[in-house]
Amino acid sequence: MNDMNAPQTRALRLGVAGPVGTGKSSVIAAICRHLRDELRLGVITNDIYTDEDARFLKSAGVLPEERIRAVETGSCPHTAIRDDVTMNLIAVEDMERDFAPLDIVLVESGGDNLTATFSPALVDAQLFVLDVAGGGDVARKGGPGISGADLLVINKIDLGEHVDVDVEKMVSDATNAREGGPVLALSRKRPETVEQLCDWVREMRKTYAAGGHIPKDPGPMAPHHHAHDDGHEHTHSHAHAHPHD
Amino acid sequence: MYDSSLRDPDKLATGAMFAQARLSTVFSGRSSHADVLRSDGPLVLRKSNPKGAEPLTHRRTDIARVALAAGTAGPLGGDAYALDVRVGQGSTLLLQEVSAMLVLPGVGGEQSRMTITVNVEAGATFVWWAEPIIAAHRCHHLHDVRINLAADARLVLREEMLLGRHGEEPGDFSSRLRITRDNRALYDQRLSFGPATRGWDGAAVLSGNRAVGSVIVVNPDWSDTPPPAQPYDLSAVCAPLAGPGVAISAVAPDSLALRGLLHDGLNTLGAPWAI
Amino acid sequence: MLDRIAGQQAALLLLADGRLPAGGYAHSGGLEPAVRARRVRDMADLEAFLIGRAETAGLVAAAFTAAVCARAIQGDLSDLPELEAELDARIPAPELRKVSRDLGRQLRRAMQSIHPHEDFVQLGAAPHQPLVMGIAAAALGLHPTAAALAILHENNSGAAAAAAKLMPVDPFNVHAILARMTGRLDELAAYAASFAHEPAADLPSPGSPLADIAAEHHRRSDVRLFAS
Repeated sequence: MNDMNAPQTRALRLGVAGPVGTGKSSVIAAICRHLRDELRLGVITNDIYTDEDARFLKSAGVLPEERIRAVETGSCPHTAIRDDVTMNLIAVEDMERDFAPLDIVLVESGGDNLTATFSPALVDAQLFVLDVAGGGDVARKGGPGISGADLLVINKIDLGEHVDVDVEKMVSDATNAREGGPVLALSRKRPETVEQLCDWVREMRKTYAAGGHIPKDPGPMAPHHHAHDDGHEHTHSHAHAHPHD
Repeated sequence: MYDSSLRDPDKLATGAMFAQARLSTVFSGRSSHADVLRSDGPLVLRKSNPKGAEPLTHRRTDIARVALAAGTAGPLGGDAYALDVRVGQGSTLLLQEVSAMLVLPGVGGEQSRMTITVNVEAGATFVWWAEPIIAAHRCHHLHDVRINLAADARLVLREEMLLGRHGEEPGDFSSRLRITRDNRALYDQRLSFGPATRGWDGAAVLSGNRAVGSVIVVNPDWSDTPPPAQPYDLSAVCAPLAGPGVAISAVAPDSLALRGLLHDGLNTLGAPWAI
Repeated sequence: MLDRIAGQQAALLLLADGRLPAGGYAHSGGLEPAVRARRVRDMADLEAFLIGRAETAGLVAAAFTAAVCARAIQGDLSDLPELEAELDARIPAPELRKVSRDLGRQLRRAMQSIHPHEDFVQLGAAPHQPLVMGIAAAALGLHPTAAALAILHENNSGAAAAAAKLMPVDPFNVHAILARMTGRLDELAAYAASFAHEPAADLPSPGSPLADIAAEHHRRSDVRLFAS
């Protein structure tokens, strides 16, 4: 393929998805603030309106301004990370080329619903961010982001007691929905949880650089169970573009 | 550009008028002056004095000033007018107009045509401060302006079009302005309106406005840093071209408002372009 | 014209489809600023907007698409730089030149993966959308008329689709406008393609002053749904 846009070096492309208001921008800000001295980072934001998230991150000063770029999604944040990733792909490739070599390019999706996950054509790994304020039962409801993301973050756990959410139960519900996949309870007011987040990112970056990480697609729909009338129960999952290991 | 077939009497409507005027300037070492000033029928060229506000050249005495006046009404349908202008090396020409040009229908609905060809030579400056063209009801007119600039030539021109006289729907009018610089396209826009054109009254083109115009400024000093785009009014913009020039473009309900918007746009450029 | 389209209908549909993953969904074709400026308030305004756009910017895009398609078929893309300059000269608003080049990059990025062709490499770093479309069309075996129709339809239906997000409209009525415009789009495509073998300087140059003005205002708007 003759891709004039192809960068010379390839970073780990890490997606951050999740519903509106759960703290995707704060998660990215935290990762940048704690890892910018050890890893070379870039950020692509996806916004529903204009470039507000990019402006937030720029004003927070977590990275040099030129390393934070916005993609305008025409109020289709889901499409931009899933069905038609071309704008984001170009933004990531431009970033990798303009600041080569980069270690990680973070892609923040525009806030959407529980079914919005990144296409494996765009990112190598993805975080899905929930928060306790959205309700303790959200994790149990599942959905491709919750069940299939490489890491599920339950954010703002310091607010649990104020919104009557049992954080421990929410984490264990989520762990069940993810069939044991990693779940991280996070609060920026608890530095040890931020450090756990950074450790996960460091580990993912290391595994990716060593060629040990195979991108997987959470899928457009969560694997789910049907109990048929005949009492025969079976499991299936939909439309996986990539083989799972 | 100039179509010699228009000389063929068979192709001209009965009573149609053909005219070809020529104007040329030279720089003598101290000042510019017109060395060719050939009027033809309705196209009357006269040396002139300062007349109102003008960018770049106001009150200067070392430039060539020429006024274009209409010797008759029109053009009318079927008429074909042509004006050839050469702004010689290093000279400065200010071309003004005495009054607005009213484009009228002919007896049989034939097209009238005005073709203006301008060559601005090395180091020369052309300021064309035109008056409005009024597209009267049922007119059928093509206004065709081609300007070629040398790489270091400068240009300021104003064009204004009014859609009909007061309270009148316009006839079929089409205007093309094509500017090349060093033989490479810099600006090429055609504007058409009237019953034979579709969509011109919609929000992408004129949206009910009855006056439209632009001021084009080309300044080789802008090759590195063109002025920034400035949408200085809801109905106007000063936009840098893909070359050392800007297009100030505006639409307005009437000619007075249009003139105001265009001059506001010129003033955003600051001295010496402001008026 | 039908003769020249016959045999490639499926390729034409592929290229003109709004679901072709080339990022077109993020643009309203100038409809958003027109709605915001209250120049488009009802269905009649929307129809006049879409027609005016197709007859001006649409025709320019279609003519350049057809011209590039014809040159690609003949295997001579030597005047691509001149076509770039001529198209720039026909888009006075810098914002719209940028949008055209952004969409061009995206279309090339997508088509290089979908249906690679060596001609894509001949385009510069940020080619205008019609130039990319012309090459993509030729690579899929389309002739200039079909290439022109592809970009006319894609641009028109994209702007129309944005109406549902910008105005209180019945989507059936929006598609009724598109249905009424089909005949004219065919005519415009044929007219655009009639210039396909002409020198770049002679391609049509209809302008749309309010689209230029609105595009620069839109870029400076703090709250916008669409990129353009």
